[in-house]
Amino acid sequence: MSKIVDGLLYSESHEWVKVDGNVAIVGVSDYAQAELGDITYVDMPDVDDEVKAGDDFGAVESVKTSSEIVAPVSGKIIACNTELEDRPELINEDAYAAWIVKIEMSDSSELDSLLNASAYTKLVG
Amino acid sequence: MRYYDKLIFELSRPGRSGFSLPEAEGGMPREGRLWRSAPAGLPEVSEPDVVRHYTNLSQMNFGVDTGFYPLGSCTMKYNPKINEEIASMPGFTGQHPLQPEESVRGTKAVYEELDRALAAITGMKHFTFRPCAGAHGELTGLMLMKEYHLGRGDLARTKVIVPDSAHGTNPASAACCGYEIVVVKSNSDGLVDVEALKPLLGPDIAGIMLTNPNTLGLFEKDIREIAALVHDCGGLLYYDGANMNPLLGVVRPGDMGFDILHLNLHKTFSTPHGGGGPGSGPVGVSERVLPYLDVPRVSGFNGNFTVMLRALAYILMLGRENIRMAGRLATLNANYVKESLKDCYKLPVPSVCKHEFVFDGLLEPNGTTTLDVAKRLLDYGFHAPTIYFPLLFHQAIMIEPTETESPETLDAFIDVMRKIAVEARTNPELLHSAPRTAPIGRPDETKAARQPILKYEA
Amino acid sequence: MGTFCYFPHTGEDIRRMLDRIGVGSLDDLYADVPADFIYKGDYDLPSAMSEQQVREHFAKLAAENVRLKVFVGQGAYDHCTPAAIPYITSRSEFLTAYTPYQCEISQGTLRYIFEWQTMICRLTGMDCSNASMYDGPTAAAEAMRMCVASVKKRNSVVVSSGLLPNVRATILTYAKYEGVNVVVTSDVRAKVQELSSDLAGVIVPSIDRRGYICDHEGLAELVHANGGLLVEYCDPSALAVVKTPAEWGADIAVGDGQPLGIPLNFGGPYVGFLACRKDYMRKMPGRIVGQTEDAEGRRCFVLTLQAREQHIRREKATSNICSNQSLMALWCTVYLSLMGPEGLRRVNELCWERSHYLRDELLKTGLFEPVGEGEFIKEFVLKPHCPADRLMHALAAAGYFAALPDEDGNVCFCVTEKHGREEMDALVKCVKEAAL
Repeated sequence: MSKIVDGLLYSESHEWVKVDGNVAIVGVSDYAQAELGDITYVDMPDVDDEVKAGDDFGAVESVKTSSEIVAPVSGKIIACNTELEDRPELINEDAYAAWIVKIEMSDSSELDSLLNASAYTKLVG
Repeated sequence: MRYYDKLIFELSRPGRSGFSLPEAEGGMPREGRLWRSAPAGLPEVSEPDVVRHYTNLSQMNFGVDTGFYPLGSCTMKYNPKINEEIASMPGFTGQHPLQPEESVRGTKAVYEELDRALAAITGMKHFTFRPCAGAHGELTGLMLMKEYHLGRGDLARTKVIVPDSAHGTNPASAACCGYEIVVVKSNSDGLVDVEALKPLLGPDIAGIMLTNPNTLGLFEKDIREIAALVHDCGGLLYYDGANMNPLLGVVRPGDMGFDILHLNLHKTFSTPHGGGGPGSGPVGVSERVLPYLDVPRVSGFNGNFTVMLRALAYILMLGRENIRMAGRLATLNANYVKESLKDCYKLPVPSVCKHEFVFDGLLEPNGTTTLDVAKRLLDYGFHAPTIYFPLLFHQAIMIEPTETESPETLDAFIDVMRKIAVEARTNPELLHSAPRTAPIGRPDETKAARQPILKYEA
Repeated sequence: MGTFCYFPHTGEDIRRMLDRIGVGSLDDLYADVPADFIYKGDYDLPSAMSEQQVREHFAKLAAENVRLKVFVGQGAYDHCTPAAIPYITSRSEFLTAYTPYQCEISQGTLRYIFEWQTMICRLTGMDCSNASMYDGPTAAAEAMRMCVASVKKRNSVVVSSGLLPNVRATILTYAKYEGVNVVVTSDVRAKVQELSSDLAGVIVPSIDRRGYICDHEGLAELVHANGGLLVEYCDPSALAVVKTPAEWGADIAVGDGQPLGIPLNFGGPYVGFLACRKDYMRKMPGRIVGQTEDAEGRRCFVLTLQAREQHIRREKATSNICSNQSLMALWCTVYLSLMGPEGLRRVNELCWERSHYLRDELLKTGLFEPVGEGEFIKEFVLKPHCPADRLMHALAAAGYFAALPDEDGNVCFCVTEKHGREEMDALVKCVKEAAL
């Protein structure tokens, strides 16, 4: 049974979002890390890249597979978690502590289409 | 097989050498802005050291000559030895690719004979031999598809349809050729869903890539309707020849309506895989694509010529008589193995297969995985089948025996596969900890990918 | 049915197997194929030959070729092949293996690829190399794709007209269909500045098609200042002595391994190499072998960084390539092991001495003029006073492949360690006669 944290929002493609004012902090869910197995690399975008909700902007790689990271909201990348460059295993250790990017949202109403913890529990349960 | 731990660099001693060359006079400059500042760190070893080192390495390798190699979609058939003799004839290997026409008549005749033979076997008009591998052939074939549409002034065709069961190279090749990929789903019989295909077709479709039989080893029996639908919308049909073997001597892709195809000479036409290459992926076309055949310059010269020599030697050995049995015996072997194991392994699509078939893991895995089964096979002296492909099944085991395996070999393999199924139930640890008899145990692949070490450093 | 030496089945075997499957005949296994697709005619192929007939057939074809003494390079170089190489590469454990998917029983292949990667890094000065490509020209085309993939939102690559024609043609082919803007020019530096904001990369030769060693002083700085990557196309044999791509500041090094003792083979199989700085490691196409260990701590080797590849990424892969030219990489690895640093230097010294001798002797005939100037090792071009094409054919009739006309109306020569002074003197004599 994978861990799902209350108070976060989730996408159907298994990203989590923590809202901090106008900024969306994005990572991949515990369910996603468990499905991927030992994560070996995180392919991250560049700071200042513009992303559109639904577009993939990076990837999380394990030995035998790779999963695109899909932008849950539109906006501008304002930070990437560079610690993951050398220690991708942090996502395996705690998927909700290991954020991947911070997005300055251009349309916060997009958050409405994301799932809350109980809806996401139903999806992966 | 015996573990041998040396790298050639670790045998190196300063001042030792393995070359035999006349003395130089020493006129060449050694220093200056155009010259390298320090010698390249190549190993310094004698010829006996080199020969023994690589012989030791070879003994950690498994080839078709070592044992049964049922790797699905790879057609690991026997590599005839006459092929090697022909491919090393100095009259062929000494020819420079830019030599004047009048000095390479024999070589040109080899291309012409092979072109004619492959056209007869596939029902296509002519072939280009520049592609060096199957994926390279796919890329070339898609370039030809693009040329065909451009030649008709039809610029709107930007998409290529690929089934969800396709080899990964299909969508990758289409992307490299600048196409958008549209995926068509398989139906419950494992075949292209014709009803799902219909709404995808339109003026933006350049064509469809199909392998027939598909990666489940199933013949796309609706191919006539698919061909008509795709042609009606103005698209072309591409045939991925990776699975041509069961049709060798039985069905010609050209007759099914394909416009462009590639063949893998290293699969269907018996040339050795060489640990990953060189292969050869000639591309054949129908009449309507013929005007564009020589347009894409996809490699340096004339393709992998000595691979073509081997393929032609094989075809001449087969002749018009024996070719009729090649595909049929490959299909016989695959169905024999499938029927002999389906009570132990999960068979998701029960129909008659062609050259290969796919199990979805053990019927009673008891906590073991397809990877465990594959590794346990190594302990019994067999190469593993292709695993975790196609992606349609989570525990896919894809088995392709080829026509050159005897029933005794197949029986021995079947016995071992059944034994492993029993072991999974009674002593799963035997599977989890396999292989134990190989030169090494399972390597730490996570470590390899997290902190890549890609070259030797003392 | 008669028996055939590659098919083990007896009639009895076939009957027993069909019984197990539960069908009546081999053709019943094709019952799902529409009947009119089953080919019923006689295949338009020769009747089956015996092994001896096959041997004689090819011996006859080989005899229709004329074996010329080769004094041309242009991407295919007639160097000596040490006897140990074909002996090793024809071992069936290497020859008849597939791509090393089952690493536990493929350590032989994986180890020599790791050695190849190391040697390519040491020759080029780069940080990492892949397991090899089809040939040099396709490696250059993949490097072009790598530039565009690495430098986001830019789509132009500058290609030097000093590259061999077949390298340029292959790059242009790949670029055309993928939609990359490739500009071929003799003035690379000017084009770099002109394209600046769309520049993804620049591809230049280490030694140009006329044989001259190129001076790339300051080029890397210029390319980097304009935001692109520098790719250098090299002859790996000459890299034993000429300045390396790393020393010139290049980001990616590519080329063909053929000069490392691979026979001419009418153009293939050869083997491409592709190496780069570690920043671009994950953008490299193709197979890559890495070192790791098993549970008992034994050093071992695996295919790694596979998440870049087509079987996982499908249309998002770095490239569609899913093989390498493994056996030819082994060929070169054994060659480099036998040669060592001193042997490879010796090869270059012998080429240098002999090519300079031949060039001097040809100029002495008064039939040619020099073209350009610079340092060269084994290839050079001259401007002939007679029609270039006629000269080549006349020399071919005399048993030589020499004086290949190039796109500028000059003729190309190349001398390797294979041919000594006597043969060169004989060639010069023929040139004089041919030019009459």
